[in-house]
Amino acid sequence: MFGAVASGELAFPILSMLILVPVGGAVLVALLSARRPEFVKLAAVLTSVFTGALSIWLTIAFERSAEGFQFVSRHTWIEQWGISWYLGVDGISLFMVLLTGVLFPIVILGIDAHHKNARQEKRYLAWMLLLQAGVMGSFLSLDLFMFFIFFEIVLVPMYFLIGGWGYENRVYAATKFFLFTMLGSAFMLVSIIATAVLARDNGVGQITFDLVVLAEQSNFAASTGRWLFFGFAVAFAVKVPIFPVHTWLPDAHTQAPTAGSVVLAGVMLKLGTYGFIRFGLYLFPEAAWWSRSLFLTLAVIGVIYAAIVATMQSDLKRLVAYSSIAHLGFIVLGTFAITTQSLTGSVLQMVSHGVSTGALFLMVGMIYERRHTRQISELGGIASVAPIFAGFFMVIMLSSIAVPGLNGFVGEFLILIGSFPTARWWTVVAATGVILAALYLLWAYQRVFHGEADEANRSFPEIRAREVAVLAPFIVAIVFTGIYPKPILERIEPAVVTLVQHVESRSGFVEPVPGAVAGTSDQEGN
Amino acid sequence: MAELVWLIPAFPLFGFLVLLVFGRRMGEPGAGYFAAGMVFASFAVSVGAFFDLVGRDEAERSEVVTLFSWLPVGSLQVDMAFLADPLSIGMSLFVTGIAGLIHLFAVGYMHGDPKFSKFFLYLNLFVASMAVLVLGENLLVTFLGWEGVGVCSYFLISFWHRRDSAATAGKKAFVTNRVGDWGVMTAMFLAFGAVGSLSYSAINSAAESGSLAQSTATGIALLLFVGAVGKSAQLPLYFWLPDAMEGPTPVSALIHAATMVTAGVFLMVRVNPVLAVSAEYVPTIIAWVGVATALFAATIAVAQNDIKKVLAYSTVSQLGFMFLAIGSGAYVAAIFHMMTHAAFKALLFLGSGSVIHGMHEEQDMRKMGALRIAMPITAGTFIIGWLAIAGVPPFAGFWSKDEILLFALASSPALYVVGLVTALLTAYYMTRQVIMVFLGTARWESHAEEHGAHGEFKPHESSPIMLLPLIVLAGLSAVMGIIQLPSFSWIPKDLQYRLEHWLHPIVAFGEASISDTSAYANKGWFALLAVGIALAGIGLAHLVYSKRSLPVIEPQIMADGWRYDATISDFMGGPGRRSFEGMVALDEKVVDGAVNGSATLVRSLSGQLRRGQTGFVRNYAAVIGIGVVVMLLWFVVGRGVL
Repeated sequence: MFGAVASGELAFPILSMLILVPVGGAVLVALLSARRPEFVKLAAVLTSVFTGALSIWLTIAFERSAEGFQFVSRHTWIEQWGISWYLGVDGISLFMVLLTGVLFPIVILGIDAHHKNARQEKRYLAWMLLLQAGVMGSFLSLDLFMFFIFFEIVLVPMYFLIGGWGYENRVYAATKFFLFTMLGSAFMLVSIIATAVLARDNGVGQITFDLVVLAEQSNFAASTGRWLFFGFAVAFAVKVPIFPVHTWLPDAHTQAPTAGSVVLAGVMLKLGTYGFIRFGLYLFPEAAWWSRSLFLTLAVIGVIYAAIVATMQSDLKRLVAYSSIAHLGFIVLGTFAITTQSLTGSVLQMVSHGVSTGALFLMVGMIYERRHTRQISELGGIASVAPIFAGFFMVIMLSSIAVPGLNGFVGEFLILIGSFPTARWWTVVAATGVILAALYLLWAYQRVFHGEADEANRSFPEIRAREVAVLAPFIVAIVFTGIYPKPILERIEPAVVTLVQHVESRSGFVEPVPGAVAGTSDQEGN
Repeated sequence: MAELVWLIPAFPLFGFLVLLVFGRRMGEPGAGYFAAGMVFASFAVSVGAFFDLVGRDEAERSEVVTLFSWLPVGSLQVDMAFLADPLSIGMSLFVTGIAGLIHLFAVGYMHGDPKFSKFFLYLNLFVASMAVLVLGENLLVTFLGWEGVGVCSYFLISFWHRRDSAATAGKKAFVTNRVGDWGVMTAMFLAFGAVGSLSYSAINSAAESGSLAQSTATGIALLLFVGAVGKSAQLPLYFWLPDAMEGPTPVSALIHAATMVTAGVFLMVRVNPVLAVSAEYVPTIIAWVGVATALFAATIAVAQNDIKKVLAYSTVSQLGFMFLAIGSGAYVAAIFHMMTHAAFKALLFLGSGSVIHGMHEEQDMRKMGALRIAMPITAGTFIIGWLAIAGVPPFAGFWSKDEILLFALASSPALYVVGLVTALLTAYYMTRQVIMVFLGTARWESHAEEHGAHGEFKPHESSPIMLLPLIVLAGLSAVMGIIQLPSFSWIPKDLQYRLEHWLHPIVAFGEASISDTSAYANKGWFALLAVGIALAGIGLAHLVYSKRSLPVIEPQIMADGWRYDATISDFMGGPGRRSFEGMVALDEKVVDGAVNGSATLVRSLSGQLRRGQTGFVRNYAAVIGIGVVVMLLWFVVGRGVL
């Protein structure tokens, strides 16, 4: 049922294009002469805008209620090992692909990264495009080996972006980021290879890295599946990050340039949560079901713990970074609760979190541009000096603290209401995270925007037209998703339903039916 | 007309959007009149819907208007839908009506404020949210409004956010409300799990048909009550409301007296069938929390000197009465008191706003006195509000409070006694306020220089735009009892229990449910007793504050609100803060420390690898390459792959 349905296939391989266009752009940017920076910039902008346009087209062309993968592209690569260039998109990956497509042009066009010279700008743009290709590839790969390659490729540009364009402590942060994630990936590599090899003797019959074949045909013994799952889980846990392997993130976020932080929060961290859903649940449903209490517990600890630590941060960017960890805990909660609502909520929240936290980092970057500080104590009274700027920040903040009518609420609410039947007490505790989110963000807002502005803050410039243009898409996404999420939900849901059924068929898990007692009408067919 | 109820939130929402874009250009007073116009348009729609429903048979007085599918995921199908029924239309009538009057008042009150248009922008958004709250067809739409009014309340409390106290009060209100919101959210999870739907009709009919287990109903009821405690400022979460007085006075009148804070009461009435099937201790808890809050807040109000703080604690106290009504099964009385309270408390707050305005931003009652001469209309209307809240017949408050006390007596004499004491205190502190502000001798002359008025300082009466709402509200406070008169023989039959008939069958039982109690049988006597209590309170305050023949009893501990708020602040600033800081230290030293330890190890290893290399890229490639080769080798050799 999760088979590669070739529905809605276009005449040309759009998914391959989504990866290859930014790769080509990166190569082109690298080859162009730094003496003509305008050409370099133009090439980068055009490439990223074209990729963004492709991702929008993909979203429109995506068949909304079809099950299985769409726009599948498949070419045998290394036949004897069963490795192929195998791409596909379904409701779980669609909106992350869209976000990846759209976020990069905004970042490349909208954020001034302060390059020392044209050569540096050239490198920056090349890394950005390569990063986009890597993230895109990770979301589109249906071959474990290819997924691993893309998953790893992503590290390199991000490492250089933090190390080359970051703040005072950038080398430490970049190294920490790199080693942390590499360590996780090492586990995953072992697991990937072992999965392919062991699956041969456990139902598949040949060595293959084909995700769909492995998931549908393998019949690992419970203990084998659990070990294999563990290898994946370590890599994803670091990437998300889940408590207690989260400490690389605040450093990476704080030290990264604004563009790096936006991309990191916007799409890169989602490789972890996406990985849990796509590879964890799908490949190893029994192991995921078996280990759920561990992950639910860590997720809930993350929600509460990161929120408490966020409250006491003195660095605004670090505060947002910790809030990010808290929000991602919700996504992990929804993933391991394995109900239709909770998983749909998790997938939606991946996008919503990318939008709202990405926008928060953007605005923190704008504050830094103006005041050259991230210290909350050095800011204050900005709402009186720059009310429109404060208004934008307010909307994004409200989205982040999950106020209904904005995007953050839809995801978190679906996660919580979906998780309640299968993970009751975890959900009850996690819901208190909503109180803490209000506490740390409103307190930070008060210290930054309320009160009287001192000498240094009195000249805080009001928001500029270009900044409005950069933030506008975020605001539109925040409000639209909050008020009318149906177009998104109805595209996510079929994939999630299939996944839940897959888990049910391969583990002891049974999705509870809400209202079974009161006997309400079943609207599943709508 | 009922199918057009979506217009009730739509008008002020439209007003919000227009003001967002053009607010500054519309300026003063244009923005204010425009905003008021939007709210009166909503009021007109509410009136239309009301008469539409009146014209129908009782069974047909319910209409669901679905705008679009909001959260459709699997078995969870939540629509953006509004429910027009006697309860919601009754609520929107008084919400939009009073909100419109307060908008008008604010045009005068906010005169000269540099953020004039922004004020009305928030106010319109508030009215839209409040309308969504009361009109919601399901818990989630109500929650949309519920959080929306919370956000607007936050905006408006910290409207003058240059003042640290205002900014802090706004934040405090929002965060405290969020504690309650946790309850509402969890109640929704429980309801969805049990009923498979969040719509009121599904939940209530599950309760009525008996398919909702008692334990589940108890959980839902208690969790919703947690939400109500937060929103309606009950013990133990009441402490945000007195601080909320940092907001401009029209905000205090609209949000923190008449409408938003009653949302908790509304919600409990909305789900009253669930309360009916929940465990017996649930109504008992609600009644006792309510009456305890009522008494507690009244004792604090007795010793306040800030004109708005008295009214704030009084609001907390009156909300406690409403929960006493809920807990005693007097849902009609709860709604009745909510409506009369909305009228007289909005009047009192606006009156205090008029006084503050006329006194050049002075709020300390010790520096007032004898304002009846300088501000005759404000004084006259305020006195009507005072008589209404004190429980003097025939003013509105008497009827609603009396009905609550009757139900309280029927359910437990202890509740009744506490309620009666609170009623005495209410009459006492309100009389104290009237004497300190409007009667006695003028004490403001000696404080003239503090008001910044050089030379001559003279309080002045407010402008007509501010007085008009006062007069209308005074009229309502005087006669509003007529909507629910009790069954005394001298009252014409068709004037009795009109609200109860109107709310039937949303609230299934009215006074009939206690008709076999001795309280009901002797209700005339108890009504007389209530009047006596009110007069006693007034008389006592007269002796203390006018005649000075009795000593003033205002101990500091009561002025400090029994140090409840201070204790919480001390805890948050002390142990609370320290434990948060401990968590940060744990994160930095232990969790990250372990990581850095191993990172140092790995770094030294990679440093050795780097020795033979020249750059980061090659180093990276080397690490990956070697790793991949080693693992592949392991598989080839060790596992016999290939």
